[in-house]
Amino acid sequence: MTPDPANHASPRIGLFVTCLIDLFRPSVGFAAVKLLEQAGCSVSVPRAQTCCGQPAYNNGDNQTTADIAKQIITAFESFDYVVAASGSCIGMLKKHYPVVFKDDPAWFDRANALAARSHELTGFLVDVLDRSIAGAEFADTVTYHDSCSGLRELGVKSQPRQLLAQVDGLALTEMEDSEVCCGFGGTFCVKYPKISERMVSDKSANICAAQAGCVLGGDLGCLLNIAGRLKREGHRVKVYHVAEVLAGMADRPAIGESES
Amino acid sequence: MQRSASAFKQQAELALRDEVLQRALAKAKGGFVDKRRLAVANLPEFETIRTAAKSLKEHTLAHLDFYLEQFEQRVVASGGQVHWAGNAQEACSAVLEILGDQPRQVLKGKSMVSEEISLNAALEAVGHTIVETDLGEYIIQLAKERPSHIIAPAVHKTRDQITDLFHAEHVKYGYTERVTEVKAIVDEARAVLREKFLNADVGITGANFLIAETGSTVIVTNEGNGDLSQILPRVHIVTASIEKVVPTLDDMATLLRLLARSATGQEMTSYNTISTGPRRESDRDGPQEFHVVIVDNGRSEMLGNEFHDMLRCIRCGACMNHCPVYSAIGGHAYGWVYPGPMGSVLTPVMIGLENARDLPTACTLNGRCAEVCPMSIPLPDMLRELRVKEHERKLTGARTRIALQAWAFAARRPMLYQTITRWFTAVLGRFGARNGRFRSLPFASGWTQARDLPAPQGATFQQQWRRHR
Repeated sequence: MTPDPANHASPRIGLFVTCLIDLFRPSVGFAAVKLLEQAGCSVSVPRAQTCCGQPAYNNGDNQTTADIAKQIITAFESFDYVVAASGSCIGMLKKHYPVVFKDDPAWFDRANALAARSHELTGFLVDVLDRSIAGAEFADTVTYHDSCSGLRELGVKSQPRQLLAQVDGLALTEMEDSEVCCGFGGTFCVKYPKISERMVSDKSANICAAQAGCVLGGDLGCLLNIAGRLKREGHRVKVYHVAEVLAGMADRPAIGESES
Repeated sequence: MQRSASAFKQQAELALRDEVLQRALAKAKGGFVDKRRLAVANLPEFETIRTAAKSLKEHTLAHLDFYLEQFEQRVVASGGQVHWAGNAQEACSAVLEILGDQPRQVLKGKSMVSEEISLNAALEAVGHTIVETDLGEYIIQLAKERPSHIIAPAVHKTRDQITDLFHAEHVKYGYTERVTEVKAIVDEARAVLREKFLNADVGITGANFLIAETGSTVIVTNEGNGDLSQILPRVHIVTASIEKVVPTLDDMATLLRLLARSATGQEMTSYNTISTGPRRESDRDGPQEFHVVIVDNGRSEMLGNEFHDMLRCIRCGACMNHCPVYSAIGGHAYGWVYPGPMGSVLTPVMIGLENARDLPTACTLNGRCAEVCPMSIPLPDMLRELRVKEHERKLTGARTRIALQAWAFAARRPMLYQTITRWFTAVLGRFGARNGRFRSLPFASGWTQARDLPAPQGATFQQQWRRHR
């Protein structure tokens, strides 16, 4: 059963950190917490989470996927909602966990219950809470990369743009082919580095042609790939997760940049 | 060059380094996508037709034996013959038997099934002469290549290459001038082919649809070459696979509305040709013999299994037109007949997963193919299904397996995992702090050969969260 947020003074959120945010860019996680708390939620971070299981799932290892999925389902069962600053990980929880347990009725029901309560951050803020962003500023022109899983599995397209429109000083300019894959694809990018390189080079060219100071997106995997390529090619375009900008936390070094 | 699906990775890397190919691919890239988008936007009921098309195909597949037998009866009733072929060899034998012992001049319309069964090679081996009449097919026949796209077989060729090819091959017909403009190139091909049309004994075409209620075969072309190939020669042979059958002409009309829009962004293909039986007494033209060779070649085994949905495919090519991997490497790198997403499902199913291990994994699962597929085929799900089979049969590389096993061991043990990640971020964070990124890392060369690796911020989120709260 999906909880009705109106029944809760403050919806209880289990933050699904995601392995990449945990490892590479905790600031995105803290930005998500800030946005959720500003929107009146109470946020907890279950310790018994590691990863959503996509590396196993996308490499055909359904047994490991099921083991990891059970861990996540159990850890997040007591919350009103599960929220993550990633379309790809939430796509995994929402669309793929039920498939993993299609032959296991007990876990299938639990997976579906979790799926119904799982949301990508910007989609959650706009579609579920219907909240606006308070007091964020970002004085730059940005362009937005639509990460594939969020876009096609969850329908995340207008939500981040609606929120960015509320950020003072920010101007959005769309790049060509914003919906085309950046070539990350999880283990794809290291298994087929040459093909991935071509794809991310095309993305980098489209970003540069948009003449924005900054590129934003909602999935850290894509952003690490894009930032890494922009840096390799010597471009100055900055890369942030959209949550960092929305939370007013984009004053720290951009992805792939140092403090100095 | 002999290509194979098992050498995908090497072929892909060669394709990426081939500057001429890259120019051709870059030119083709946006065209199909933009035209399809406009065509779909101009048909508000596109989604409704898509739903109807899926259910009519599913209905047909559920009663495939019935509709195929009905088709056969109607073909025979209209004076034609049906030949059933279980595999490629039987299909080629059926065609060879129809052609007889004399060497024949054979015209061919575009047919991917004939590529699948290697029909040209089988015919040429016993002395028949074949002329491909689709301009793209004609070009690659002259170049001794295979199609790199299922509807635009020569999309990998630049105009300059075609100019050189025609100059080299058409001198013998008296065309000594190099033609460089598109219109002149087409006119020259038309003139050369016209002679061949008039002198042929046999026409072989594929079929986009087989109509059960009338026993008709249907082809769509933009050049009219299919019509000439099947009307002028004495004998018309159709090669088609079992899943091409649809119950009625109305059903065909439903699918035609999706096919052209998805393939080329046209509302209708220029020529939609319906053939029913050989020439009747009242007909002014048409073949004296009409044969349909119906090919299974592994498809009946897909009925009802995890690749069943693939049998809905109407060969529009939208999946490859929208695939960023296909756009990067072109169709030849896939190594067999069918490229792109649909080929990455069909090839392992038809020639064996062990012979095409890379195809299911050389995909980012970005989902754009499924988004545009007019028949709503869940291509990424089927590629994932093939990955499960690769995992079960231990067809994945040893390095991948070991790395994944190590990762999985930790990922199932949150406390151990968090200890490892603390250590990982601390070390990488310290070494990466000065530049904010790594240009190369010994254990991550797959990543760093193409891009820098942004450095971790220094402590994990879990670590910082526990410290703060």
